[in-house]
Amino acid sequence: MHSYLVLRVVAKLLLPFILLFALYVQFHGDYGPGGGFQAGVIFAAGFILYVLIYGLRNADQVLPRGILRFGYSCGVLLFAGVGIYDMLLGGKYLDYSVMAHDPVHGQHAGIFLVELGVGITVASVMVSVFFTFARRSKDQKD
Amino acid sequence: MLGSIYSLLASAIFVVLDAVDVAFTEAAVGAGISTVLALGTLALTTGREKTPMHTRWLPLAVVLVTGAALIYGTFDLAPYGDPQAPVHRHVAPTYLAEAPQKTGIPNVVTAVLASYRGYDTLGETTVIFTAGVGVILLLGSWRRREDEDDDA
Repeated sequence: MHSYLVLRVVAKLLLPFILLFALYVQFHGDYGPGGGFQAGVIFAAGFILYVLIYGLRNADQVLPRGILRFGYSCGVLLFAGVGIYDMLLGGKYLDYSVMAHDPVHGQHAGIFLVELGVGITVASVMVSVFFTFARRSKDQKD
Repeated sequence: MLGSIYSLLASAIFVVLDAVDVAFTEAAVGAGISTVLALGTLALTTGREKTPMHTRWLPLAVVLVTGAALIYGTFDLAPYGDPQAPVHRHVAPTYLAEAPQKTGIPNVVTAVLASYRGYDTLGETTVIFTAGVGVILLLGSWRRREDEDDDA
């Protein structure tokens, strides 16, 4: 893939915007269309573009496997942890109203954290599933 | 390739239907990631199909029966855009009326997804997590950890 100069340059130009758009979709999901699932998938798609253009070796240095494994467990734990935290504060499981003095603020904080958990899990699972497929086919060729 | 074009067109339809959230997902997953994964799967398999050991009539019958059942199910769907459909009269009006005040979030889709339907979303996230773990357990190269640095 070293000779496709146009692809490499265009991908390098586009990638920051794709990742930034993913973050926008993640954190603006409360006000516009979007949310954790969409943001995670867009982030993963952007990163897969990077892998396709620059190869597995570079991608491994950008996003090591350990971080991905940590990421997708961390996302689910964040989601479930918000529920446990609500129970510790005296509410029901995943009842965000108790998370702040004002129920509306509590809902806001809860939804924000939960969407963040969903986003982290979706992005890391998508990227690592792709990594696994790509590595496997590379291994078979060797 | 055709599937990815189909997904792109489907996401355009979702935009026309004002379901922008679904359109996002369809464009990124259907047109992007699943196409790449399908190509990755094709790279893993061989180019020739193995001769099937069983007859082809049983799978054909299963597919036909399932398809007929699904088409039969669509006869019970409410007509498109019908405001009197049960889905628009059950809990949807309550959500639309009270979600912005109760959660402070203007996007009702996000409010329903994360707050009213929080358990569902937790379940979906767990499903994605399980799928990822399953793929890594099945296809991951656990045994070749030593020489990983050479061929990575």
